[in-house]
Amino acid sequence: MSAPEHPHDSGSVGTTGHEWDGIRELDNPLPRWWLWIFYACIAFAVGYWVLMPAWPGLSGYTKGILGRSDRAEVVEQLARLKTLRGAQNARLAKASLQEIEQDPGLQAHALAVGQSVFGDNCATCHGVGGTGGKGYANLRDDVWLWGGTLDDIHRTLQYGIRSGHPQARFSQMPAFGRDQILTPGQVGDLTEYVVALSGRPANPAAVQRAAPVYAANCVACHGPEGRGDPLQGAPNLTDREWLYGSARKDIQAQIHGGVGGVMPAWTGRLDPETLKALAVYVHANAAGQ
Amino acid sequence: MSENLAQQDSPPGAAALLIISAAGAFLGLMATALSPDPLFRLEGWIFTLAALAAAAALTVGVANGRYQADPRRYEDGVIRAGAIATVFWAIVGMLVGVVIALQLAWPRIFYFPEAGWLNFGRLRPLHTSGVIFAFGGNALIATSFYVVQRTCRARLAGGLAGWFVFWGYQLFIVMAAVGYLAGITEGREYAEPEWFVDLWLTIVWVAYLLVFLGTIWKRKEPHIYVANWFYLAFIVTVALLHIVNNLSLPVSLLGAKSYSLFAGVQDALTQWWYGHNAVGFFLTAGFLAMMYYFVPKRAERPVYSYRLSIVHFWSLIFIYIWAGPHHLHYTALPQWAQTLGMTFSVMLWMPSWGGMINGLMTLSGAWDKLRTDPVLRMMAVAVGFYGMSTFEGPLMSIRSVNALSHYTDWTIGHVHSGALGWVGFISFGAIYCLVPWLWKKEKLHSDALVEWHFWIATLGLLLYIAAMWVSGIGEGLMWREYTPQGFLANSFVETVSAKHVENIVRALGGLMYLSGALIMAYNIYRTIRQPAPAVLPEASGPIVAAAA
Repeated sequence: MSAPEHPHDSGSVGTTGHEWDGIRELDNPLPRWWLWIFYACIAFAVGYWVLMPAWPGLSGYTKGILGRSDRAEVVEQLARLKTLRGAQNARLAKASLQEIEQDPGLQAHALAVGQSVFGDNCATCHGVGGTGGKGYANLRDDVWLWGGTLDDIHRTLQYGIRSGHPQARFSQMPAFGRDQILTPGQVGDLTEYVVALSGRPANPAAVQRAAPVYAANCVACHGPEGRGDPLQGAPNLTDREWLYGSARKDIQAQIHGGVGGVMPAWTGRLDPETLKALAVYVHANAAGQ
Repeated sequence: MSENLAQQDSPPGAAALLIISAAGAFLGLMATALSPDPLFRLEGWIFTLAALAAAAALTVGVANGRYQADPRRYEDGVIRAGAIATVFWAIVGMLVGVVIALQLAWPRIFYFPEAGWLNFGRLRPLHTSGVIFAFGGNALIATSFYVVQRTCRARLAGGLAGWFVFWGYQLFIVMAAVGYLAGITEGREYAEPEWFVDLWLTIVWVAYLLVFLGTIWKRKEPHIYVANWFYLAFIVTVALLHIVNNLSLPVSLLGAKSYSLFAGVQDALTQWWYGHNAVGFFLTAGFLAMMYYFVPKRAERPVYSYRLSIVHFWSLIFIYIWAGPHHLHYTALPQWAQTLGMTFSVMLWMPSWGGMINGLMTLSGAWDKLRTDPVLRMMAVAVGFYGMSTFEGPLMSIRSVNALSHYTDWTIGHVHSGALGWVGFISFGAIYCLVPWLWKKEKLHSDALVEWHFWIATLGLLLYIAAMWVSGIGEGLMWREYTPQGFLANSFVETVSAKHVENIVRALGGLMYLSGALIMAYNIYRTIRQPAPAVLPEASGPIVAAAA
């Protein structure tokens, strides 16, 4: 019974004669299929080295007889992409933003392009639906810090906000509290004043104390009635939309610290025609202006 | 008189280690006191307390004349400690893995903004290092100490040095883990610990190498067994990889931060030369060594082919070291380097499979045992997963395949088929073998529990891998999909939400695998607590065996 069950023990293949802690080793040859596949893999590697860039030398490297190069292929693929984007894109380049919006065929193309470009580049901050979040503007409503016309949106896309681009939109909410322009008491009063501006109940005494402070420090940008100014990027304080939150502590933090976010400049990163399509897409999905 | 004798009997190494520990505690305290960096001070306290504890334990031990080694016995205490540490860290590492899998499946629920140390970015290296270095490393150190003594018929060299390696390695794990959670990182995958932890590991690792080599040096067998070649290749190469990849300049000798000596794409290549060979020499060579001892031992069959073991050993270690660049396909790395990384990975296929053939064919004549012995079956399945992952790896290293698979969950699935299937199962098998041997029990507390462990873990593992194939290939296809207008069709976040179901399945698979490990821990605990058998298994020791 034991002999057929253990063919290697008593069969043709012996052991090497060594033994370690009861473990012995059979003297089987290398499996043929194993050896041949190993050789085939080596042959594949050598063949690949002949065909493709492979071995470095003292100066440069073996280029391979196929003359393939990743860098050349990337250039080629980008050119192919241009062709694929094709005639419609060429029309985008020529047409003005308003013309794109008025031509149904071209507008449909711009919207399709805009949607995928928005998903890849804008959704990270503004959300897939474009509804934004704290510190990131909602692009679906009718509230626009820097104006919501086609041209306004296009310019914001091109040069960004506080992006460092020379033509970027720029505004700076001063850090009234942190930089000790105003006392903590005045910041607290101003918070009540801003709450009152937005039509919510506020401490009347604080509002009264804050009125001259508001007139001296805030009117230049936010206006006497607090309606803001899209030319300066100053938000309207009388509506229900708050980039950094509507709660008292959020408003107070903003008066104290004056945070301003960065919107990148997309010129140079996206084609001019893509930027136009994106502007049309954002404009079409927002309300007003 | 007897007191004097006892004191004389304490080996000089113990006294030396006591002095070193005390000096370490003093240095640690000084560095902690003088450092302006709170993170560095945190690590400093850990090191100082560990060195103090070591010095105290050694003081008591030396004063009482412990630590006399009986040269007729094998040193098994450190291996028992290693087996327990292996099981402990397996559960910790896998538990963290389940937590981060849940974070990926339900990011809103398992997000703790008020506890930064629970962020995915901190927990992820804790999981990877926890399973690779804490669980895998302890399994390798413990089994290597066991195997090298038995196959050399020599007691572990260096007296207390084995214990220094064990506790020093645990200290490395704790310092690395605490550092990850506190936010200390070099940002190098699988080599995240900062320079001072790296230095400590270097000291421990060199001690490990010396203990291992010393034991081989005093062997009483004429030849060196194949498992020891693999263990030695693992120890030597990991030392080399660790030192070169971690060459860096600390900003201050009293601060945690350091900067790599390499820059740009050279830095990336050094990192992935390290990263891939951590897979090659830690997770492959080391565990092949384990396989080469425990599979023939458990199956009671001779190793299939001595020649195959020689050829696949040398081809494996020669070819593996070149394969790293396949982690940098289609990056700034020059194309010729990508070619070499890819072709050497393809050539690596058969050298890797040599180990699988030797493992599986060793079972020939003992196939029936797979039905009755769940431990052996676990190790056989481990060898099977080893074969599958070492086929999948070369496949994924091919540039055009990599263009689809890179950065996707497919890579995660590949790693886990190797880590859970191969490394995990072969280590569990070795632990199930070792515990009754080391604690002198007749057998495990329950073979039925091993069956439960085997089936739950195998099913969990299959769920994990299948889910990652689906989500990986799915997201790879979504990333490269273009609209008819010539623009990318999917935003990144859409590709993330598309894998929600797969992420849940993955978390379930991981939870099952963890449950298996918990069953093992219980089984091991009950085995150790079993009463001693009436007839002790024959005592084993180098001299006893030689005299017989």
